[in-house]
Amino acid sequence: MDTTGIIPDERLKREGIGARLIKRPELGAIAGVILVTVFFAITADSSMFTLSGIMNFMTPAAQLGILAIGAAMLMIGGEFDLSIGSMVAFAGLIFGACTVTFGLPLILAIPLTLAVAAGIGAVNGTIVLKTGLPSFIVTLAFLFVLRGASLVGLKLASGGSTQLRGVRDAVEGDWLAPFFSGDAFGPLFLWLAEAGLVETFKNGRPKIPGIPVEILWFIGLALVATYVLLRTPQGNWVFASGGDRTAASNSGVPVRKVKISLFMFAAMCGALVAIITVMDSGSTDARRGFMKEFEAIIAAVIGGCLLTGGYGSAIGAFFGAIIFGMVTIGLTYTNFDQDWFQIFLGGMLLIAVLFNNYIRKQVTGER
Amino acid sequence: MTHDTTFHHGDPVAQTQPIVEMRDIEKHFGNIIALAGVSFDVRPGECHCLLGDNGAGKSTFIKTMSGVHKPTHGTITIDGKPMDFSSPRDAMEAGIATVFQDLAMIPLMSVARNFFMGREPTIGKGPLKRMDTAAMNEAAVEEMRKMGINLRGPDQAVGTLSGGERQTVAIARAVFFGARVLILDEPTSALGVRQTSNVLATIDRVRKQGVGVVFISHNVRHALAVGDRFTVLNRGKTLGTATRGEITPEALQDLMAGGQEIAQLEGSLGGTV
Repeated sequence: MDTTGIIPDERLKREGIGARLIKRPELGAIAGVILVTVFFAITADSSMFTLSGIMNFMTPAAQLGILAIGAAMLMIGGEFDLSIGSMVAFAGLIFGACTVTFGLPLILAIPLTLAVAAGIGAVNGTIVLKTGLPSFIVTLAFLFVLRGASLVGLKLASGGSTQLRGVRDAVEGDWLAPFFSGDAFGPLFLWLAEAGLVETFKNGRPKIPGIPVEILWFIGLALVATYVLLRTPQGNWVFASGGDRTAASNSGVPVRKVKISLFMFAAMCGALVAIITVMDSGSTDARRGFMKEFEAIIAAVIGGCLLTGGYGSAIGAFFGAIIFGMVTIGLTYTNFDQDWFQIFLGGMLLIAVLFNNYIRKQVTGER
Repeated sequence: MTHDTTFHHGDPVAQTQPIVEMRDIEKHFGNIIALAGVSFDVRPGECHCLLGDNGAGKSTFIKTMSGVHKPTHGTITIDGKPMDFSSPRDAMEAGIATVFQDLAMIPLMSVARNFFMGREPTIGKGPLKRMDTAAMNEAAVEEMRKMGINLRGPDQAVGTLSGGERQTVAIARAVFFGARVLILDEPTSALGVRQTSNVLATIDRVRKQGVGVVFISHNVRHALAVGDRFTVLNRGKTLGTATRGEITPEALQDLMAGGQEIAQLEGSLGGTV
């Protein structure tokens, strides 16, 4: 057998740029964003795509997106977490109790909330890995446990109500508060308003006071997650653990550690959303994050994650969440009934799953 | 097909010292005696075939050699020094790499990512420590080219490769990470004719680099095509080792089956088994 002169396999066609692009997991979500933008550009009031309109839909997109990035990382690692929505409520309770009931400063309250969330994530992960049960069923149990714990805990903390107020007063003036609530770059926007570069109210104040911090967290998290997935050994381990657990551990990948860390990360994403939204509204209630686990998973699937794991991207989940925000808020700018949203949601999920399935076959060369 | 001369065989290997030598290995699982005295060695640059029918103890033997099982009796020496493996990692560190039938490969991941899975090279320090993707891609393409496979690119998914090509990736990966002894568990069992010959060519290439290859098979023709020495395992025992040219395929076949019915069967099937 002569192998010195290697002949390219004559049965391999050269791949065009289109064929190569389609194999990127995030392509579907980007196409979706373009589609939705075109749709609203035609049907919606033109104010939707002004700076303030964009901030309007990016804020809910960011809150969902932080969860979606956590969910996406976990899905790529081959697991699910249905409890992250309830985690938002539960972490909200912990955070509220820390700040209001115990009067802790943010420098303690925030790490404590994140640590509790991470601990619950680790419990989830450990149960899944130790028993070999599907993460779907284990975390479904925690969906109810955490929601119930939030209700019970809130009643205890507030003396009978399912809402805990007074968070805003409690964190007022804390030096860490600006990182987790309100708007960033305020002075910049003031300056831009003076220079006439952004829209202003009649009194000369800019129409948007700054960029809501959750949007910055959202973008930052998407970038970090993408970097980790694509450029670090740990990212490779995430793909490997989700792709084939046995193969990965035979090759020396610490599968158990990887998966538990991902559960912890997803739970901490829930806690971060809780901290941001609770500080924003000044109170926490037991319905916080209701159904968000499903929306986060849908955003991750729209972003190209396979339900079977081993494939997907954080940037895809980023765009998936933006699609969500655009549609929920965008419908109010149109004459359509807002309840179309649910129909859209289901339809989008179905299309995304079909599309992902097709892509998977393309990637693996299955027929 | 009695003798296959497709492959060039190395020089006689009798003079060189074995890398791994296993003597009188026994392995009991409770009251089951899986291995009842197996002796086997591998020298650098040879392909030593371990033949045996299903249930002969091949898998148990490989797992003992690769550190998964601890032998109940018997000694394992590496470069003449006695070794006591307590995990596959120990065996790997001693230079014994095993390519199992499932190949430990992930179809959805690229060749480069699979190649370095669990052993990713990094550059940078502290929080900036990252995978050296350029080096990974380059090494994967280069190592595969050496094995005679032209990748479309380092990002080609393993799922798009054929069974034989995947086998080659797994072998190339083991050799790249410094394997001195390469254990191949039935590498040709699920492959077509063309792919089989590709894998056999890969074995030949690896052997020429001085790696000792342990080729496990129950296919006498595949074994004879590349093997330098042949050891037959039957009912947990070795029935002796033969060198290339000393033994006919028929004799090997008979040894594997315990010298019984095959002879009659072969008559009725016209010598095709």
